[in-house]
Amino acid sequence: MIVFKIQKKLQSASGEMLLNLDFEIKENEFVTLYGASGSGKTTTLRILSGLSEADKGIITIHNETWLDTDKKIQLPPQKRKIAYVFQDYALFPNMSVRENLSYALEKGQDKTIIEELLALMELEQLQHQKPAQLSGGQKQRVALARALVRKPDILLLDEPLSAVDHEMRLKLQDYIIQVHHKYKLTTILVSHDIAEIYKMSDKVIVLENGNISKQGTPEQVFSSRLVSGKFQFVGEILKIEKENFIYIVVVLIGNNVVKIIAMEEEIKDLNIGNKVLIASKAFNPIITKIDL
Amino acid sequence: MIDFEPIYLTLKLAFCTTIILLVLSLPLAYWLAYSKLKSKVIIEAIVSLPLVLPPSVLGFYLLLAFSPENAFGKFLDQYFDIRLVFTFPGLVIASVLYSLPFMVQPIQNGFKSLSKSLIEASLLLGKSKTETLIKVLIPNIKKAILTGIVLTFAHTIGEFGVVLMVGGSIPSETKVVSIAIYDEVQAMNYHNANIYAGILFAFAFVVLLCVYSINHRFSQTNPLQ
Repeated sequence: MIVFKIQKKLQSASGEMLLNLDFEIKENEFVTLYGASGSGKTTTLRILSGLSEADKGIITIHNETWLDTDKKIQLPPQKRKIAYVFQDYALFPNMSVRENLSYALEKGQDKTIIEELLALMELEQLQHQKPAQLSGGQKQRVALARALVRKPDILLLDEPLSAVDHEMRLKLQDYIIQVHHKYKLTTILVSHDIAEIYKMSDKVIVLENGNISKQGTPEQVFSSRLVSGKFQFVGEILKIEKENFIYIVVVLIGNNVVKIIAMEEEIKDLNIGNKVLIASKAFNPIITKIDL
Repeated sequence: MIDFEPIYLTLKLAFCTTIILLVLSLPLAYWLAYSKLKSKVIIEAIVSLPLVLPPSVLGFYLLLAFSPENAFGKFLDQYFDIRLVFTFPGLVIASVLYSLPFMVQPIQNGFKSLSKSLIEASLLLGKSKTETLIKVLIPNIKKAILTGIVLTFAHTIGEFGVVLMVGGSIPSETKVVSIAIYDEVQAMNYHNANIYAGILFAFAFVVLLCVYSINHRFSQTNPLQ
Protein backbone atom coordinates (compact mmCIF):
# COMPACT_ATOMS: atom_id res chain seq x y z
CA MET A 1 0.00 0.00 0.00
CA ILE A 2 1.30 3.44 -0.98
CA VAL A 3 0.16 6.34 1.17
CA PHE A 4 0.86 9.72 -0.35
CA LYS A 5 -0.02 12.97 1.46
CA ILE A 6 1.88 15.91 0.07
CA GLN A 7 1.86 19.68 -0.14
CA LYS A 8 4.17 21.66 -2.38
CA LYS A 9 4.08 25.19 -3.78
CA LEU A 10 4.68 25.18 -7.53
CA GLN A 11 5.45 27.98 -9.95
CA SER A 12 3.25 27.38 -12.95
CA ALA A 13 2.60 29.44 -16.07
CA SER A 14 -0.52 30.92 -14.50
CA GLY A 15 1.19 31.90 -11.26
CA GLU A 16 1.65 30.15 -7.95
CA MET A 17 -0.17 26.89 -7.41
CA LEU A 18 -0.43 24.62 -4.40
CA LEU A 19 -0.04 20.94 -5.11
CA ASN A 20 -2.15 19.34 -2.42
CA LEU A 21 -2.59 15.61 -2.83
CA ASP A 22 -3.80 12.82 -0.61
CA PHE A 23 -4.27 9.36 -2.09
CA GLU A 24 -3.67 5.70 -1.44
CA ILE A 25 -2.71 3.01 -3.91
CA LYS A 26 -3.11 -0.70 -3.26
CA GLU A 27 -0.39 -3.23 -3.96
CA ASN A 28 -0.28 -4.44 -7.58
CA GLU A 29 -2.73 -1.77 -8.66
CA PHE A 30 -2.33 -0.01 -12.02
CA VAL A 31 -3.07 3.67 -11.51
CA THR A 32 -3.12 6.49 -14.05
CA LEU A 33 -2.63 10.16 -13.27
CA TYR A 34 -4.71 12.18 -15.70
CA GLY A 35 -4.97 15.93 -16.14
CA ALA A 36 -4.02 18.94 -18.22
CA SER A 37 -0.36 19.88 -18.53
CA GLY A 38 0.79 21.85 -15.53
CA SER A 39 -1.67 20.16 -13.21
CA GLY A 40 1.13 18.52 -11.22
CA LYS A 41 1.30 14.96 -12.63
CA THR A 42 5.02 14.81 -13.31
CA THR A 43 5.79 16.61 -10.05
CA THR A 44 3.84 13.92 -8.21
CA LEU A 45 6.04 11.20 -9.73
CA ARG A 46 9.16 13.24 -8.97
CA ILE A 47 8.21 13.69 -5.32
CA LEU A 48 7.40 10.00 -4.98
CA SER A 49 10.80 9.07 -6.43
CA GLY A 50 12.70 11.66 -4.38
CA LEU A 51 13.84 13.76 -7.35
CA SER A 52 11.84 16.73 -6.10
CA GLU A 53 11.24 17.77 -2.54
CA ALA A 54 7.86 18.36 -0.98
CA ASP A 55 7.24 21.27 1.39
CA LYS A 56 5.22 19.11 3.72
CA GLY A 57 3.91 15.60 3.83
CA ILE A 58 4.22 11.87 4.32
CA ILE A 59 5.00 9.03 1.92
CA THR A 60 4.88 5.46 3.17
CA ILE A 61 5.43 2.44 0.99
CA HIS A 62 4.38 -0.94 2.38
CA ASN A 63 4.69 0.49 5.92
CA GLU A 64 8.19 1.84 5.25
CA THR A 65 8.46 5.61 5.62
CA TRP A 66 10.13 7.32 2.66
CA LEU A 67 9.21 10.83 3.60
CA ASP A 68 7.95 12.46 6.76
CA THR A 69 8.66 16.16 6.87
CA ASP A 70 7.59 16.43 10.53
CA LYS A 71 10.10 13.79 11.58
CA LYS A 72 12.65 15.05 9.05
CA ILE A 73 12.83 11.69 7.31
CA GLN A 74 13.71 11.89 3.63
CA LEU A 75 15.07 8.88 1.82
CA PRO A 76 17.39 9.85 -1.06
CA PRO A 77 16.37 8.65 -4.58
CA GLN A 78 19.11 6.00 -4.52
CA LYS A 79 17.47 4.27 -1.55
CA ARG A 80 13.94 4.30 -2.94
CA LYS A 81 13.60 1.17 -5.00
CA ILE A 82 11.65 2.59 -7.87
CA ALA A 83 11.62 1.96 -11.60
CA TYR A 84 11.22 5.29 -13.37
CA VAL A 85 10.76 5.64 -17.12
CA PHE A 86 11.45 9.17 -18.27
CA GLN A 87 9.63 11.00 -21.03
CA ASP A 88 12.91 11.44 -22.95
CA TYR A 89 14.02 7.85 -22.15
CA ALA A 90 17.27 9.06 -20.46
CA LEU A 91 19.33 6.23 -21.93
CA PHE A 92 23.08 6.66 -21.46
CA PRO A 93 24.42 7.48 -24.97
CA ASN A 94 27.90 6.12 -24.25
CA MET A 95 26.64 2.64 -23.41
CA SER A 96 25.14 -0.09 -25.57
CA VAL A 97 21.69 -1.51 -24.81
CA ARG A 98 23.22 -4.32 -22.77
CA GLU A 99 25.58 -1.93 -20.95
CA ASN A 100 22.67 0.35 -20.08
CA LEU A 101 20.97 -2.63 -18.42
CA SER A 102 24.14 -3.90 -16.71
CA TYR A 103 24.84 -0.44 -15.29
CA ALA A 104 21.65 -0.78 -13.25
CA LEU A 105 22.78 -4.02 -11.55
CA GLU A 106 23.35 -3.78 -7.82
CA LYS A 107 26.62 -5.03 -6.34
CA GLY A 108 26.55 -8.81 -6.32
CA GLN A 109 23.19 -9.06 -8.06
CA ASP A 110 22.57 -12.13 -10.22
CA LYS A 111 23.19 -11.21 -13.87
CA THR A 112 20.55 -13.56 -15.28
CA ILE A 113 17.98 -10.76 -14.92
CA ILE A 114 19.69 -9.03 -17.86
CA GLU A 115 19.10 -12.00 -20.20
CA GLU A 116 15.57 -12.35 -18.90
CA LEU A 117 14.70 -8.70 -19.59
CA LEU A 118 16.44 -8.62 -22.97
CA ALA A 119 14.35 -11.63 -24.00
CA LEU A 120 11.12 -10.32 -22.52
CA MET A 121 11.43 -6.95 -24.27
CA GLU A 122 12.69 -8.60 -27.48
CA LEU A 123 15.92 -6.65 -27.38
CA GLU A 124 18.41 -9.47 -27.97
CA GLN A 125 19.06 -8.47 -31.56
CA LEU A 126 19.71 -4.89 -30.49
CA GLN A 127 21.77 -5.53 -27.37
CA HIS A 128 25.06 -4.26 -28.82
CA GLN A 129 23.60 -1.14 -30.46
CA LYS A 130 24.03 2.33 -28.99
CA PRO A 131 20.86 4.30 -28.09
CA ALA A 132 21.46 6.74 -30.97
CA GLN A 133 20.89 3.92 -33.45
CA LEU A 134 17.49 2.93 -32.02
CA SER A 135 13.98 4.05 -32.92
CA GLY A 136 11.71 5.74 -30.37
CA GLY A 137 9.83 2.55 -29.56
CA GLN A 138 13.03 0.56 -29.17
CA LYS A 139 14.50 3.19 -26.84
CA GLN A 140 11.34 2.99 -24.78
CA ARG A 141 11.67 -0.76 -24.39
CA VAL A 142 15.31 -0.36 -23.31
CA ALA A 143 14.31 2.29 -20.77
CA LEU A 144 11.60 0.03 -19.39
CA ALA A 145 13.95 -2.97 -19.22
CA ARG A 146 16.70 -0.93 -17.55
CA ALA A 147 14.29 0.40 -14.93
CA LEU A 148 13.31 -3.16 -13.99
CA VAL A 149 16.83 -4.58 -13.51
CA ARG A 150 16.89 -3.84 -9.78
CA LYS A 151 13.55 -5.68 -9.36
CA PRO A 152 11.68 -2.75 -7.87
CA ASP A 153 8.14 -2.99 -6.50
CA ILE A 154 6.97 0.26 -8.02
CA LEU A 155 7.00 1.35 -11.66
CA LEU A 156 6.54 5.02 -12.54
CA LEU A 157 5.91 5.95 -16.17
CA ASP A 158 5.99 9.61 -17.14
CA GLU A 159 4.05 9.81 -20.41
CA PRO A 160 6.29 7.16 -21.89
CA LEU A 161 4.09 6.63 -24.93
CA SER A 162 3.57 10.20 -26.08
CA ALA A 163 6.47 10.26 -28.56
CA VAL A 164 5.83 7.07 -30.53
CA ASP A 165 3.40 6.32 -33.34
CA HIS A 166 0.04 4.68 -32.82
CA GLU A 167 0.94 1.10 -33.66
CA MET A 168 4.08 1.18 -31.54
CA ARG A 169 2.03 2.67 -28.75
CA LEU A 170 -0.37 -0.26 -28.71
CA LYS A 171 2.55 -2.69 -28.66
CA LEU A 172 4.31 -0.86 -25.85
CA GLN A 173 1.10 -0.83 -23.82
CA ASP A 174 1.13 -4.63 -24.05
CA TYR A 175 4.75 -4.77 -22.87
CA ILE A 176 3.90 -2.57 -19.90
CA ILE A 177 0.84 -4.65 -18.95
CA GLN A 178 2.97 -7.78 -19.28
CA VAL A 179 5.71 -6.61 -16.90
CA HIS A 180 3.14 -5.15 -14.53
CA HIS A 181 1.68 -8.64 -14.02
CA LYS A 182 4.89 -10.65 -14.35
CA TYR A 183 6.84 -8.71 -11.73
CA LYS A 184 3.77 -7.96 -9.55
CA LEU A 185 4.41 -4.23 -9.77
CA THR A 186 2.44 -1.34 -8.46
CA THR A 187 2.39 0.95 -11.48
CA ILE A 188 1.66 4.64 -11.79
CA LEU A 189 1.29 5.99 -15.32
CA VAL A 190 0.98 9.59 -16.44
CA SER A 191 -1.21 9.69 -19.54
CA HIS A 192 -3.44 11.96 -21.59
CA ASP A 193 -4.94 9.24 -23.70
CA ILE A 194 -8.33 8.04 -22.52
CA ALA A 195 -8.28 4.92 -24.70
CA GLU A 196 -4.94 4.01 -23.17
CA ILE A 197 -6.27 4.61 -19.68
CA TYR A 198 -9.30 2.36 -20.29
CA LYS A 199 -7.07 -0.38 -21.61
CA MET A 200 -4.48 -0.32 -18.85
CA SER A 201 -5.63 1.07 -15.55
CA ASP A 202 -7.55 -0.20 -12.55
CA LYS A 203 -7.87 3.30 -11.17
CA VAL A 204 -7.63 6.87 -12.45
CA ILE A 205 -6.71 9.91 -10.40
CA VAL A 206 -7.67 13.17 -12.11
CA LEU A 207 -5.58 16.20 -11.17
CA GLU A 208 -6.82 19.74 -11.64
CA ASN A 209 -4.71 22.72 -10.57
CA GLY A 210 -2.82 20.67 -8.05
CA ASN A 211 -5.84 18.99 -6.48
CA ILE A 212 -7.54 15.66 -7.01
CA SER A 213 -10.83 16.43 -8.72
CA LYS A 214 -12.01 12.86 -9.29
CA GLN A 215 -10.83 9.33 -8.71
CA GLY A 216 -12.15 5.87 -9.41
CA THR A 217 -12.24 3.28 -12.16
CA PRO A 218 -11.94 4.64 -15.72
CA GLU A 219 -15.68 4.05 -16.26
CA GLN A 220 -16.61 5.95 -13.12
CA VAL A 221 -14.34 8.84 -14.00
CA PHE A 222 -14.88 9.29 -17.72
CA SER A 223 -18.51 8.43 -18.43
CA SER A 224 -20.69 11.18 -17.07
CA ARG A 225 -23.86 9.11 -17.10
CA LEU A 226 -23.74 5.46 -16.32
CA VAL A 227 -24.19 3.26 -19.35
CA SER A 228 -25.57 -0.16 -18.71
CA GLY A 229 -24.41 -1.63 -22.00
CA LYS A 230 -21.36 -3.79 -21.90
CA PHE A 231 -20.43 -2.91 -25.44
CA GLN A 232 -18.47 0.31 -25.32
CA PHE A 233 -15.40 1.97 -26.76
CA VAL A 234 -13.55 5.21 -26.36
CA GLY A 235 -12.63 7.19 -29.45
CA GLU A 236 -11.82 10.58 -30.82
CA ILE A 237 -14.02 12.66 -33.14
CA LEU A 238 -12.37 13.28 -36.50
CA LYS A 239 -15.19 14.91 -38.43
CA ILE A 240 -18.86 15.92 -38.07
CA GLU A 241 -20.84 16.01 -41.36
CA LYS A 242 -24.39 17.19 -41.87
CA GLU A 243 -26.56 15.04 -44.09
CA ASN A 244 -30.19 16.13 -44.57
CA PHE A 245 -31.72 15.98 -41.08
CA ILE A 246 -29.06 13.95 -39.40
CA TYR A 247 -25.38 14.22 -38.63
CA ILE A 248 -22.62 11.73 -39.29
CA VAL A 249 -19.89 11.71 -36.68
CA VAL A 250 -16.62 10.13 -37.80
CA VAL A 251 -14.83 8.62 -34.81
CA LEU A 252 -11.41 7.05 -34.52
CA ILE A 253 -11.54 4.02 -32.23
CA GLY A 254 -8.18 2.37 -31.80
CA ASN A 255 -6.98 2.46 -35.39
CA ASN A 256 -10.39 2.03 -36.99
CA VAL A 257 -12.51 4.84 -38.37
CA VAL A 258 -16.19 4.41 -37.47
CA LYS A 259 -19.19 6.46 -38.67
CA ILE A 260 -21.96 7.07 -36.18
CA ILE A 261 -25.33 8.67 -36.85
CA ALA A 262 -26.39 11.39 -34.45
CA MET A 263 -29.23 13.86 -34.11
CA GLU A 264 -28.76 17.58 -33.82
CA GLU A 265 -29.30 17.65 -30.06
CA GLU A 266 -26.71 14.91 -29.57
CA ILE A 267 -23.93 16.74 -31.38
CA LYS A 268 -24.55 20.03 -29.57
CA ASP A 269 -21.68 19.50 -27.14
CA LEU A 270 -19.43 17.63 -29.53
CA ASN A 271 -16.44 19.10 -31.29
CA ILE A 272 -13.71 17.72 -33.49
CA GLY A 273 -10.96 16.30 -31.29
CA ASN A 274 -13.30 15.47 -28.37
CA LYS A 275 -12.87 12.12 -26.65
CA VAL A 276 -16.17 10.24 -26.72
CA LEU A 277 -17.60 7.04 -25.36
CA ILE A 278 -19.38 4.93 -27.97
CA ALA A 279 -21.78 2.45 -26.40
CA SER A 280 -24.63 0.33 -27.62
CA LYS A 281 -27.50 -0.50 -25.30
CA ALA A 282 -30.41 -1.74 -27.27
CA PHE A 283 -28.81 -4.19 -29.60
CA ASN A 284 -26.96 -7.35 -28.96
CA PRO A 285 -23.57 -7.18 -30.67
CA ILE A 286 -22.88 -9.94 -33.18
CA ILE A 287 -19.62 -11.80 -32.89
CA THR A 288 -18.08 -13.51 -35.91
CA LYS A 289 -14.72 -15.18 -36.31
CA ILE A 290 -12.39 -13.51 -38.80
CA ASP A 291 -10.70 -15.97 -41.14
CA LEU A 292 -7.32 -14.71 -42.23
CA MET B 1 71.98 27.32 -34.48
CA ILE B 2 69.05 28.02 -32.17
CA ASP B 3 68.78 26.94 -28.56
CA PHE B 4 66.17 24.17 -28.09
CA GLU B 5 65.80 24.79 -24.36
CA PRO B 6 62.92 27.32 -24.77
CA ILE B 7 60.98 24.83 -26.90
CA TYR B 8 61.37 22.09 -24.32
CA LEU B 9 60.42 24.52 -21.56
CA THR B 10 57.32 25.71 -23.45
CA LEU B 11 56.08 22.15 -23.94
CA LYS B 12 56.81 21.27 -20.30
CA LEU B 13 54.88 24.33 -19.12
CA ALA B 14 51.91 23.60 -21.40
CA PHE B 15 51.87 19.96 -20.35
CA CYS B 16 51.97 20.69 -16.59
CA THR B 17 49.37 23.45 -16.90
CA THR B 18 46.98 21.24 -18.88
CA ILE B 19 47.21 18.29 -16.48
CA ILE B 20 46.67 20.45 -13.41
CA LEU B 21 43.80 22.33 -15.01
CA LEU B 22 42.07 19.14 -16.15
CA VAL B 23 42.08 17.78 -12.59
CA LEU B 24 40.87 21.10 -11.14
CA SER B 25 38.32 21.92 -13.82
CA LEU B 26 36.26 18.73 -13.87
CA PRO B 27 34.87 19.21 -10.33
CA LEU B 28 34.74 23.01 -10.70
CA ALA B 29 32.85 22.86 -14.00
CA TYR B 30 30.52 20.18 -12.58
CA TRP B 31 29.76 22.43 -9.63
CA LEU B 32 29.23 25.49 -11.84
CA ALA B 33 26.94 23.55 -14.18
CA TYR B 34 24.67 22.02 -11.54
CA SER B 35 24.86 24.12 -8.37
CA LYS B 36 21.69 25.95 -7.44
CA LEU B 37 23.53 28.47 -5.26
CA LYS B 38 22.92 32.04 -6.35
CA SER B 39 26.41 33.08 -5.35
CA LYS B 40 27.94 30.88 -8.03
CA VAL B 41 27.80 33.80 -10.49
CA ILE B 42 30.63 35.36 -8.48
CA ILE B 43 32.79 32.28 -9.01
CA GLU B 44 31.76 32.21 -12.68
CA ALA B 45 32.88 35.82 -13.08
CA ILE B 46 36.20 35.16 -11.37
CA VAL B 47 36.88 32.12 -13.54
CA SER B 48 36.26 34.18 -16.68
CA LEU B 49 38.32 37.20 -15.60
CA PRO B 50 41.46 36.13 -17.49
CA LEU B 51 39.47 36.34 -20.74
CA VAL B 52 39.07 40.09 -20.44
CA LEU B 53 41.98 41.18 -18.23
CA PRO B 54 45.20 42.14 -19.99
CA PRO B 55 47.82 39.47 -19.13
CA SER B 56 50.02 42.19 -17.70
CA VAL B 57 47.40 42.97 -15.02
CA LEU B 58 47.18 39.38 -13.85
CA GLY B 59 50.97 39.07 -14.12
CA PHE B 60 51.47 42.23 -12.10
CA TYR B 61 49.26 41.08 -9.22
CA LEU B 62 50.83 37.63 -9.21
CA LEU B 63 54.27 39.23 -9.16
CA LEU B 64 53.25 41.25 -6.12
CA ALA B 65 51.68 38.21 -4.42
CA PHE B 66 54.65 35.92 -5.08
CA SER B 67 57.25 38.48 -4.05
CA PRO B 68 59.03 37.57 -0.79
CA GLU B 69 58.60 41.23 0.19
CA ASN B 70 54.87 40.66 0.63
CA ALA B 71 52.78 38.51 2.97
CA PHE B 72 51.94 35.51 0.76
CA GLY B 73 55.41 35.25 -0.79
CA LYS B 74 57.03 35.71 2.63
CA PHE B 75 54.82 32.98 4.09
CA LEU B 76 55.83 30.52 1.36
CA ASP B 77 59.45 31.50 1.68
CA GLN B 78 59.59 31.18 5.48
CA TYR B 79 57.53 28.07 6.08
CA PHE B 80 57.96 26.03 2.90
CA ASP B 81 61.14 27.51 1.41
CA ILE B 82 59.30 28.05 -1.87
CA ARG B 83 60.07 30.96 -4.14
CA LEU B 84 57.54 31.55 -6.95
CA VAL B 85 58.86 34.71 -8.64
CA PHE B 86 61.11 34.02 -11.62
CA THR B 87 60.86 30.24 -11.19
CA PHE B 88 59.22 27.46 -13.20
CA PRO B 89 56.67 26.47 -10.48
CA GLY B 90 55.60 30.12 -10.28
CA LEU B 91 55.14 30.10 -14.03
CA VAL B 92 52.94 26.99 -13.82
CA ILE B 93 50.69 28.57 -11.18
CA ALA B 94 50.37 31.77 -13.21
CA SER B 95 49.52 29.75 -16.34
CA VAL B 96 46.93 27.69 -14.49
CA LEU B 97 45.15 30.86 -13.40
CA TYR B 98 45.49 32.50 -16.77
CA SER B 99 44.16 29.51 -18.76
CA LEU B 100 41.41 28.56 -16.28
CA PRO B 101 38.45 29.73 -18.43
CA PHE B 102 39.78 27.86 -21.47
CA MET B 103 39.40 24.56 -19.62
CA VAL B 104 36.40 25.31 -17.38
CA GLN B 105 34.08 26.86 -19.96
CA PRO B 106 34.03 24.06 -22.57
CA ILE B 107 33.59 21.41 -19.86
CA GLN B 108 30.87 23.43 -18.11
CA ASN B 109 29.03 23.83 -21.42
CA GLY B 110 29.44 20.11 -22.03
CA PHE B 111 27.77 19.29 -18.70
CA LYS B 112 24.99 21.78 -19.39
CA SER B 113 24.27 20.26 -22.79
CA LEU B 114 23.46 16.89 -21.23
CA SER B 115 19.84 16.18 -20.34
CA LYS B 116 19.27 16.39 -16.60
CA SER B 117 17.31 13.18 -16.74
CA LEU B 118 20.60 11.28 -17.37
CA ILE B 119 21.73 12.16 -13.84
CA GLU B 120 18.30 11.50 -12.37
CA ALA B 121 18.04 8.13 -14.12
CA SER B 122 21.43 7.14 -12.72
CA LEU B 123 20.49 8.22 -9.18
CA LEU B 124 17.25 6.24 -9.40
CA LEU B 125 19.26 3.20 -10.44
CA GLY B 126 20.90 3.49 -7.03
CA LYS B 127 24.20 5.05 -8.12
CA SER B 128 26.07 7.76 -6.21
CA LYS B 129 26.74 11.19 -7.69
CA THR B 130 30.45 10.38 -8.06
CA GLU B 131 29.76 7.15 -9.92
CA THR B 132 27.29 9.02 -12.13
CA LEU B 133 29.92 11.68 -12.88
CA ILE B 134 32.60 9.14 -13.81
CA LYS B 135 30.55 6.55 -15.68
CA VAL B 136 27.75 8.59 -17.24
CA LEU B 137 28.59 12.28 -17.47
CA ILE B 138 32.30 12.37 -18.33
CA PRO B 139 32.09 9.72 -21.10
CA ASN B 140 29.31 11.75 -22.73
CA ILE B 141 31.23 15.03 -22.82
CA LYS B 142 34.49 13.65 -24.26
CA LYS B 143 34.38 16.16 -27.06
CA ALA B 144 34.04 19.11 -24.67
CA ILE B 145 36.90 17.79 -22.52
CA LEU B 146 39.11 17.33 -25.57
CA THR B 147 38.32 20.88 -26.68
CA GLY B 148 39.25 22.15 -23.22
CA ILE B 149 42.54 20.23 -23.22
CA VAL B 150 43.58 21.46 -26.64
CA LEU B 151 42.56 25.07 -26.04
CA THR B 152 44.42 25.14 -22.73
CA PHE B 153 47.52 23.54 -24.20
CA ALA B 154 47.58 25.86 -27.21
CA HIS B 155 46.76 28.92 -25.12
CA THR B 156 49.59 28.20 -22.68
CA ILE B 157 52.03 27.87 -25.54
CA GLY B 158 50.95 31.24 -26.85
CA GLU B 159 51.29 32.98 -23.48
CA PHE B 160 53.50 36.03 -23.30
CA GLY B 161 52.45 38.79 -20.94
CA VAL B 162 51.93 36.75 -17.77
CA VAL B 163 55.12 34.78 -18.37
CA LEU B 164 57.12 37.94 -18.86
CA MET B 165 55.80 39.54 -15.68
CA VAL B 166 56.08 36.52 -13.36
CA GLY B 167 58.92 34.61 -14.96
CA GLY B 168 61.12 37.12 -16.69
CA SER B 169 63.52 35.52 -19.12
CA ILE B 170 65.80 33.18 -17.23
CA PRO B 171 67.32 30.55 -19.57
CA SER B 172 66.31 26.94 -18.70
CA GLU B 173 63.98 28.20 -16.01
CA THR B 174 61.42 30.62 -17.40
CA LYS B 175 62.55 31.51 -20.93
CA VAL B 176 59.79 29.99 -23.10
CA VAL B 177 59.57 30.29 -26.90
CA SER B 178 57.36 33.38 -27.00
CA ILE B 179 59.88 35.19 -24.76
CA ALA B 180 62.80 33.86 -26.77
CA ILE B 181 61.32 35.36 -29.95
CA TYR B 182 61.02 38.73 -28.24
CA ASP B 183 64.62 38.53 -26.98
CA GLU B 184 65.98 37.56 -30.40
CA VAL B 185 64.15 40.44 -32.09
CA GLN B 186 65.47 42.83 -29.46
CA ALA B 187 68.98 41.58 -30.22
CA MET B 188 68.33 42.00 -33.98
CA ASN B 189 68.70 38.22 -34.44
CA TYR B 190 65.94 37.94 -37.04
CA HIS B 191 67.12 34.55 -38.29
CA ASN B 192 66.59 32.83 -34.90
CA ALA B 193 63.36 34.73 -34.24
CA ASN B 194 62.12 33.44 -37.56
CA ILE B 195 62.82 29.82 -36.68
CA TYR B 196 61.11 30.06 -33.26
CA ALA B 197 58.14 31.88 -34.75
CA GLY B 198 57.89 29.33 -37.57
CA ILE B 199 57.90 26.43 -35.11
CA LEU B 200 55.11 27.99 -33.01
CA PHE B 201 53.13 28.81 -36.13
CA ALA B 202 53.35 25.28 -37.52
CA PHE B 203 52.62 23.76 -34.13
CA ALA B 204 49.51 25.85 -33.53
CA PHE B 205 48.20 24.96 -37.00
CA VAL B 206 48.78 21.22 -36.55
CA VAL B 207 47.08 21.24 -33.14
CA LEU B 208 43.98 22.95 -34.44
CA LEU B 209 43.92 20.68 -37.50
CA CYS B 210 43.91 17.64 -35.18
CA VAL B 211 41.10 19.05 -33.03
CA TYR B 212 38.83 19.81 -35.93
CA SER B 213 39.38 16.48 -37.65
CA ILE B 214 38.79 14.57 -34.40
CA ASN B 215 35.66 16.60 -33.64
CA HIS B 216 34.43 15.94 -37.12
CA ARG B 217 34.85 12.21 -36.69
CA PHE B 218 33.12 12.26 -33.30
CA SER B 219 30.09 14.02 -34.66
CA GLN B 220 29.82 11.61 -37.57
CA THR B 221 29.90 8.44 -35.49
CA ASN B 222 27.70 9.69 -32.71
CA PRO B 223 24.97 12.16 -33.60
CA LEU B 224 24.19 12.66 -29.91
CA GLN B 225 27.51 14.34 -29.28
